[in-house]
Amino acid sequence: MRWLLLKDLQILRRSPLLVTLLVLYPLVVALLVGAALSSGPSKPKVAFANLVPPEQAKIDVGEESLDATRYASELFKRVDPIRVDSREEAIAKVESGEALGALVIPADVIGRLQGTLGLGGGDPPTVEVYYNAENPLKRRYVEATIDATLADANKALADEIFKESARYLNLIVAGGSIDLPVVGQVDILGLRNAQRIIEAALAGLPEGAPSRPALEQVARFARLADENLDVSKPILASIATPVDVKETAIAGTDTSLDVFGVEVAVVISLMFVTLLLAAGMLALEREEHAFGRLVRGLVSRTGLLAEKIGLAGLCAWALAAVMLAVLAAVLDLGWSRTPVWLVALAFAAVAFAALGVAIGGLTREIRAASLLAFMLALPIAALALIPSGAVGGTLYDAIRIVSAVFPFKPALDALDAALSGTSILTPLIHLAALTLAFGAIARLALKRFT
Amino acid sequence: MASRIDAPAALRAEALSKAYGSRRALRDVSFSAAPGELVAIIGPNGAGKTTLLQILAGALEPTAGLVSLDRHEVGWVPQQAAVYSKLSVRENLQLFARLEKVKDVDGTVERMLAQTGLGDRADDPVARLSGGNRQRVNIAVGLLGDPPVLLLDEPSSSLDPRQRERLWAFVTELATQAGTTVVYSTHNVAEAERYADRLLVLADGELLFTGTPADLERATGEHDAHDFEGAFVRFLHDRGH
Repeated sequence: MRWLLLKDLQILRRSPLLVTLLVLYPLVVALLVGAALSSGPSKPKVAFANLVPPEQAKIDVGEESLDATRYASELFKRVDPIRVDSREEAIAKVESGEALGALVIPADVIGRLQGTLGLGGGDPPTVEVYYNAENPLKRRYVEATIDATLADANKALADEIFKESARYLNLIVAGGSIDLPVVGQVDILGLRNAQRIIEAALAGLPEGAPSRPALEQVARFARLADENLDVSKPILASIATPVDVKETAIAGTDTSLDVFGVEVAVVISLMFVTLLLAAGMLALEREEHAFGRLVRGLVSRTGLLAEKIGLAGLCAWALAAVMLAVLAAVLDLGWSRTPVWLVALAFAAVAFAALGVAIGGLTREIRAASLLAFMLALPIAALALIPSGAVGGTLYDAIRIVSAVFPFKPALDALDAALSGTSILTPLIHLAALTLAFGAIARLALKRFT
Repeated sequence: MASRIDAPAALRAEALSKAYGSRRALRDVSFSAAPGELVAIIGPNGAGKTTLLQILAGALEPTAGLVSLDRHEVGWVPQQAAVYSKLSVRENLQLFARLEKVKDVDGTVERMLAQTGLGDRADDPVARLSGGNRQRVNIAVGLLGDPPVLLLDEPSSSLDPRQRERLWAFVTELATQAGTTVVYSTHNVAEAERYADRLLVLADGELLFTGTPADLERATGEHDAHDFEGAFVRFLHDRGH
């Protein structure tokens, strides 16, 4: 087997173009997929027409003044804005396809908002959103981005209103001074002071004084109002943020998007290199007509399979280990679990190699083996990356079963566990079982060879 | 020539049969070959020639029957050159010599290079060799274990006339000088008549005839026939093939 391994390495060394492609292609594909997964979608172009005159962009909430343009700048962090001067221009941008959507802030929006906040009545403020439904994915993203930004703006306003309301409540309870338009500075006595004054007045009255019951009633009201209005502050706060979120991961690890991108990139590289090498090198024995000569007593069929699995697994493992090391250094993943990474990669490489020899065993030539490997690899990877909830329950169950039959998903699980510090035992057992299963299929397929 | 045929058998096949499901590729074939004898297996397409050689080589298990030699005692040269085109002639020979567990790998390889006349092309990749030279490497690999019996499957099918002449000169020398028993299959009836000591005629897996080319001519009833191929075709036709 040693001589066969050396022979295969010699053949690979003399095929520089093949080896370069074999290394570069999966690397490029893996890095692209990894980058696509770890970065969000690109910013969609959105036409933005702010029809509010600049001098009217401030909203007065009590004594506070909010700048509405601050919320627009938040939106611009999430979209690529095309600033226009009119509603018609914004709609034209959407119609022409230059922008995926348009956001129009009507001129009266601040006045209406001011009216709503000042309890002056009138229609509530409305912003206008126009979509281009040409690309459903991007449309959904634009909708979600604008909705999220408006929700942020609404929450910020609610927070300011709450703060102002709390200040008023405090004034009513504890007393103080307030600056009112036209009237100017006004002193407010406050319930607590009122109660104190009344109680002092009561203390100076004789027991049977006729005004005493009425004054006692007022003092009681002042005390009760003081006590209860203090409680109303947390109630108001809960209206501003009525629902708290408690997040708990039920399954999987708390892997960040960047690390997940690394895992996918490395496993895709590993898969392509191993599958193509194992399938191709086994098919080479048939293409060169050497298979019959080899298994005629020079090497057993099982030995030949083991050699191809070893060759492909070793080469791909080395490549994946280097790739992981580079990415780990870039993302500062830490090196304490390096041996576990290497074990996870080794099990994954062997399982992919077993699948590769099964493919090589089913085909008669390198081109057919490579084509079959590509045709299998891409959907296997794609299926394994479909998240739960993205498709219906039954379909997702079917996808899980199909993913479990091939090594991509368990390889991803093993690497994820290795990187996140959880136990890798289950995915390793899974990979070992797949290695045996695909090895057996390959051995059966070789029975047909002569 | 007759003395060689009468000598003790170097290879004996007894009642060999091979079935692929319900199809019988070989039916109860028995024959023997003497040391240094050149035996040609001829027959139409699908007659079972390659199947018979593969069974004799140990590359295929028969459904029934026995072969007197172990696979390690038989050199096998498949129809298409079973060598690695990216490796040089020498590297191919070294690889197969090591896999054959030949004791003196380098010495054996040099001997084979000299014997096959490939010494000057030893370091060339096989991919750059002509069909004839590639076939010589193929035969050299088959001879690495110094086997007493060499099996050649359609050895000249892809060669031009000049390469064929050189190949048969080499094979004949193997048989006459080294005493190697050579069993080969061929479509070329003239080649069988010219180089073989004895012919085996196979059709539909059945061994129809064993004897010298002259015997085959006589079997057709045309003792002075000059058209050996015609005699062969008539022989098959008379027997319903």
